[in-house]
Amino acid sequence: MKQIIRLTVNGDVYEVAAHPWRTLNDVLREDIHLTGTKKGCGDGDCGACTVLLDGRAVASCLTLAIEAEGFEIVTVEGLAASREKLHPIQQSFVDEGAIQCGYCTPGMELAALHLLSKNSDPTEEEIRAGLSGNLCRCTGYTKIVSAIKEAARRLRADRPA
Amino acid sequence: MSLPQFAYAAPKTLEEALALLAQHRGDARVMAGGTDLLLKMERRKLAPAVLIGLKRIDELRYIRFEPEQGLFIGALARLSDVVEDAIIRAKYPAIAHAASRTATVQIRNMGTVAGNLCNSSPCADNAPTLIARGAKVELVGAQARSRWLDLEKFFTGPGATALAPDEIMRQIHVPCPPGGSAAAYQNISARSKVDISAVSVGVHLTRRDGKCHDARIVLGAVAPVPMRAREAEALLVGTGMDEDVMRASGEMAAREARPISDVRASSEWRREMVAVLTRRALRQAWDSIASAHGGIVNR
Repeated sequence: MKQIIRLTVNGDVYEVAAHPWRTLNDVLREDIHLTGTKKGCGDGDCGACTVLLDGRAVASCLTLAIEAEGFEIVTVEGLAASREKLHPIQQSFVDEGAIQCGYCTPGMELAALHLLSKNSDPTEEEIRAGLSGNLCRCTGYTKIVSAIKEAARRLRADRPA
Repeated sequence: MSLPQFAYAAPKTLEEALALLAQHRGDARVMAGGTDLLLKMERRKLAPAVLIGLKRIDELRYIRFEPEQGLFIGALARLSDVVEDAIIRAKYPAIAHAASRTATVQIRNMGTVAGNLCNSSPCADNAPTLIARGAKVELVGAQARSRWLDLEKFFTGPGATALAPDEIMRQIHVPCPPGGSAAAYQNISARSKVDISAVSVGVHLTRRDGKCHDARIVLGAVAPVPMRAREAEALLVGTGMDEDVMRASGEMAAREARPISDVRASSEWRREMVAVLTRRALRQAWDSIASAHGGIVNR
C-alpha cells in the first residue's frame, strides 16, 4: 500500500505517495524529478547517488524514502545559492577541470561538502579518504582532489576568521 | 535497486519492535542501517513480508562509557559515530580504527556496529577487535527477556548468529581496558582500502612486569566465523614479546586459520597474510602499551 511520505529536500517540503520499498534515490528522481542525484551501481558502492541527510553523506540508493522523513535532505540542486552563482565547490570543479562526463560529479560534490563541513583544511590524503566511497571513471581523481583543495581555500576565505 | 515488496513498520520503542517481531514470527526482519539487509533483499536472498525499521527507536541510539563498567554501544550507534566518539578514540582506539576500516564514508554514515555483527559476515571488520577486547552482546526478546552472550559465541556460521527469531541485539558491552593493556586491528584486501577485508586480525595484549600476561588473537575472514587463534596466543604468554616470539605466534596463527579461496583471495595468500598481519598487530599493540608506560592505571 502506498503511503504519504513527507520529504524536506533543499529546504522545500514535498509530499509523495510511495510504496515503502521505494528508495530515496528513486523517489527523488522519479517522483520529485530532481534528477541531479544519479543512480550508478545501485548497491551503495559507487557514490553517484550520494545525498546529505542532516549534513552526512549517505547512499540514496540504499536508503528507503520512508526512512528519510524528518531529515534535511540536500541534493546537488541545493548546492548553489542562486541560478547565477555556483557553490564554491561547484565553481572549483569547473575551474580545475574536475568534470568530464559529469556522472560522478553530484555525488563527489556532496561527499566533498560533508568532508569540508568536518575538516575545513584537509590534506590530500584526507581528501582521498573522504572521497573513497565515490568512483570516477574519467579523470583519475587528480583534478577532483585539486578542486576540493581549491574549494576548501575559497570557503575558508569566505568565512570570517 | 529494485526491492521485493514488503510492509513497513517504524516502532518508536524497543518493546513495540519486539512485539511486532513476535507477532510476525519468521516473516519479519529488523533493520538498523540497512546497508547489508537491503542488498540481500535486492538479490532476493531474503524477502521478509514485514520490515521493522529500528531508526525511530531513540532509546537504542547511544554510546556510553561508565568508568566502573566500561563501554556500551547501542544498536543504533552508526559506524561513523564510533569512529568519531572522543571516549572510544581515547580509551578503545582499536575499536574506533576497526570501525573506520569498514566500507566507505557513506556506508559508515548509515550502517551500525551492531548491524555489522548481526549480518555475521566472516569478514565483518568490527568483530575481531571486539572479541579480542572481551565484548559481550545483549539480546532481548519478547516480554523483555534479556540475555548476555560473549560475542565470540554469537557467530554460528556465515550469515548465521545465535539470535533467536524473536530477538533483537540491544547493545554491545566492552569491559574497561585492564591496566597495561592495548588492542590493535590490522586488515588487508586485495584491492583498495574500501574493499571488503580479505584477511583481518584483532589482538589484545596485557603486560605485567615487562612480560605478556594475557593475549587474545582473533582472525577474521579466514574461517566460517571470526576465530580465536589459541595456540598462537599461548606462545606469547610469559614472554618478553621479542620479534622472534611475535613471528612464531603469527606463523602459528596462520596454521590455525582455515581460509578458503574465493573471489577476494586464495587460501594460500590468506594464510600468509594471517602471519604478517598477526605479527604487525602484536607489534603495534605491544608498542602502544610501552609508549603509554606509567600512563595507564588500573581502572
